[in-house]
Amino acid sequence: MVMFWIALLAISILIYLLLDGFDLGVGMLFGLAGSEAKREAMLRTVAPVWDGNETWLVVTGVIMWGAFPLVYSMLLPAFYIPVLVMLLGLILRGVAFEFRSKAARTRWIWDVSFTAGSFAASFMQGAMVGALVEGLQFSNGEYVGGTFGWLTSFSVLCGTGLCFGYALLGACWLVRKCHGPVRYDTRRQIPLLAITVLVFLVIVFAHALTEHLPILRRWMERPYLFLFPLVGTGAAAVLATSILRHDDYWPFYMVALIFTAAFATLALSFWPYMIPFVVRIDEAAAPHSSLAFLFCGAGLFIFPLMLLYVAVGYRVFRGKSASAADHY
Amino acid sequence: MDPTALLLSRLQFAFTISFHIIFPAFTIGLAAWLTVLEAMHLHSGRSVYRTLFEFWLKIFGVAFGMGVVSGVVMAFQFGTNWSVLSKMSGPIQGPLLAYETFTAFMLEAGFFGILIFGRPRVPPWFYLFSTAMVALGTTLSAFWIMVNNSWMQVPTGYVLQNGQFVPDDWAQIIFNRVVWVRFPHMLLACYLTGAFCVAATGAWYLLRRTYRAEAHVMLRMGLALAAVLLPVQLFVGHLVGDYVHDYQPAKFAAIEARWHDEQPASEVLIAIPDSATESNKYAISIPVLGSIIGSMSLDSKEVGLTSFAPQDRPPVAIPFFAFRIMVGCGFVMLGLAWLGTWFGLKHRLERSRLLLWGIFLSFPLPWIAILTGWYTAEVGRQPWTVYGVLRTADAVTPFLTASAALTSLILFVAVYAFIFSFGTYYIYRLLRAGPAGLGGKRLHVPVPNRPMSLADKMPAIVEAGE
Ligand code: HDD
Ligand code: HEM
Ligand code: HEM
Repeated sequence: MVMFWIALLAISILIYLLLDGFDLGVGMLFGLAGSEAKREAMLRTVAPVWDGNETWLVVTGVIMWGAFPLVYSMLLPAFYIPVLVMLLGLILRGVAFEFRSKAARTRWIWDVSFTAGSFAASFMQGAMVGALVEGLQFSNGEYVGGTFGWLTSFSVLCGTGLCFGYALLGACWLVRKCHGPVRYDTRRQIPLLAITVLVFLVIVFAHALTEHLPILRRWMERPYLFLFPLVGTGAAAVLATSILRHDDYWPFYMVALIFTAAFATLALSFWPYMIPFVVRIDEAAAPHSSLAFLFCGAGLFIFPLMLLYVAVGYRVFRGKSASAADHY
Repeated sequence: MDPTALLLSRLQFAFTISFHIIFPAFTIGLAAWLTVLEAMHLHSGRSVYRTLFEFWLKIFGVAFGMGVVSGVVMAFQFGTNWSVLSKMSGPIQGPLLAYETFTAFMLEAGFFGILIFGRPRVPPWFYLFSTAMVALGTTLSAFWIMVNNSWMQVPTGYVLQNGQFVPDDWAQIIFNRVVWVRFPHMLLACYLTGAFCVAATGAWYLLRRTYRAEAHVMLRMGLALAAVLLPVQLFVGHLVGDYVHDYQPAKFAAIEARWHDEQPASEVLIAIPDSATESNKYAISIPVLGSIIGSMSLDSKEVGLTSFAPQDRPPVAIPFFAFRIMVGCGFVMLGLAWLGTWFGLKHRLERSRLLLWGIFLSFPLPWIAILTGWYTAEVGRQPWTVYGVLRTADAVTPFLTASAALTSLILFVAVYAFIFSFGTYYIYRLLRAGPAGLGGKRLHVPVPNRPMSLADKMPAIVEAGE
């Protein structure tokens, strides 16, 4: 039961990273688009799906609360400020979708909030992961690190890295979904973004390894862990060739694969800890009666249905989005 | 524990949830109405239904977007500000919220995109299906959140183990009597909100002498629905009061501003409760009615606040006045809905401008009733967060500093005020412009590749790169 929920939590986080990742990424690149036509086209590729994407954040949050209440109640207050800023960012970018099409003279406000909100949310997500990896201070199950305990040079590094990562994912999405100028522009951005992301990944892992000797030991004990960076490297190679071949389809999947590999590396290096070296998975789990209740309905039946909704949504809006005038 | 951080956290929760509920109250009713309109259009082919659908869909879109973003905040606030609560009640409230997310939010979010952008891309039956799924999602969401909150009001089906509420009877938690009166009360409140907004818009157009055909449909449908639902709502409200009487006597006494035990009890209609002297000033009360309302008997003994230890008493003024405002709104709405329906049946509504003004100006009433209803329920629950077992003062994040709480509160107020003013302004503009331009051309052109509609203020989109 506990294994089932930890797996579902991991899957939900990964889906969130990939789906909201590209749409936050599009949000950041949106700031670089030079004309209204380009902005329209970019927005159109994410407008029908952003709500569903963001809901995976809520899914992640509530699985954490329902199945691992200890972790939920320890991490959220520790991340008071980053969660706050992330939420405000998500609010500002979320309303922009509806507001900017209704606005006339004030449209620029929503353009700015769309980009700024996307930045804030992405940065804070990265920073939280970074702080988690680096280690937060707890004593007796209570956070004692202070309001800004999460803010370190490493977490800032991770936050910046994730912004680039999401932007790369977003760029590949745009290339897949757009024609003409937007596709042309973003295709030129991809190599730069890709190189930056890879450099960040290498720095982050090197840093994690040197700072955290326990992790280094884990890698020695679990040689299969090397598989994931290897997969990532392979994906990066395919990404490079597909960019050179001017392919629109593969880059997105390759970047998604790189994300998956990085996520798996991180998660498995800390196994079986949920909050690294403080709380183990089995300690954090909710009582059996809660997990079983969740499993019988939500886990077994509704989770697959949720995946179906996502599939239906993306299928309805498949193809290059600019080819039909979708609007209301 | 820092008392200022506690107070600020309470204010923040109250503020953010009050902001959030404004939008669900509207979208739950509106989603159901859109489904009806789409079905009626498919069935009868009358274009007025389609015009109305397209028109309200735009307003729905704006309100829904604001509902979603303000809801995401709520899902995390339990953890950030109420960490003790979330650790203790996580095994119960967590799974309930997870069911809400899995069954409701994903459904809404999955089909919302199709509802807004998908019409040219899917067959008509599937579009109707998507509309119905969004409506179903919003209703399920209301159900689960009411289960969740009802558990906090009347905790059942759990045992306390190692400092956690461990569920031992889920059926008891989900299917208890309290949920099944509070959920209908909330759902009816949302339908009433939709009905009154639609009717008020109709009245506004008639007053301005525009969109006559649409205005008549809106008035007729809105008022008729409200006229039927209001008596039901008042009856369900009475049942909700019954549960409070049985399970939360201190809250009931606060609502009634009854300071001392009375037998038979009188009913205070209006007064200024004064907790310093434990009595009411300027009270107007009716003898014996209190016993009738509380226990359906002429001589029952009703409990007063002084029977509870001072640290277990809720504040009195807020539940007392909030309750009266809610009930008052209910009766005013009942009067308007019945009068309006009656005049409508007699075909005199269009000439009764005074009544039209009344209906037009009534649109805030359901919101006021909903907010004051929640204030009655939540402030009346104090000093408990989980009634009788976990005090609010013990539920808050222990190490939260006042400065962090103040920062977040200020930021939420600022950002919400900002998006709320623009949001309402845009909705107002859409309503004022009316369903213009949707009527003719747009509906009969089946090709998806048409230019942007005239009604949107958007400039025709230049297809990037086509
Ligand atoms: C009776 C109705 C009701 C009430 C009392 C609440 N909500 Fe709500 N909520 C909805 C009815 C709703 C809805 C109708 O399902 C929403 C509103 C906006 C929207 O249009 O969907 C929604 C959206 C919404 C979302 C976004 C869903 C998405 O991503 O699509 C979240 C995370 C929450 N809510 C969470 C909460 C929490 C934690 C609440 C309590 C503290 C809460 N809501 C009270
Ligand atoms: C005679 C009329 C009414 C009575 C007697 C009544 C009774 C009550 C009572 C006693 C509560 C508090 C419940 C609690 O503490 O949990 C309540 C809550 C509430 N009321 Fe009413 N009500 C009436 C009319 C209305 C109307 C017209 C609306 C809205 C259109 C409304 C909306 C609400 C809401 C949203 C709540 C909070 C949710 C809840 O606690 O169930 N009520 N009502
Ligand atoms: C949507 C309508 C709601 C409104 C308008 C509302 C209103 C309020 C208000 C005014 C307070 C502050 C009370 C005080 O501290 O004096 C409060 C507190 C709180 N409410 Fe609600 N509430 C709503 C729904 C809910 C729901 C659905 C839940 C849970 C599932 C909930 C959980 C809480 C919690 C945890 C607190 C903070 C702790 C406390 O003060 O007891 N509320 N709410």
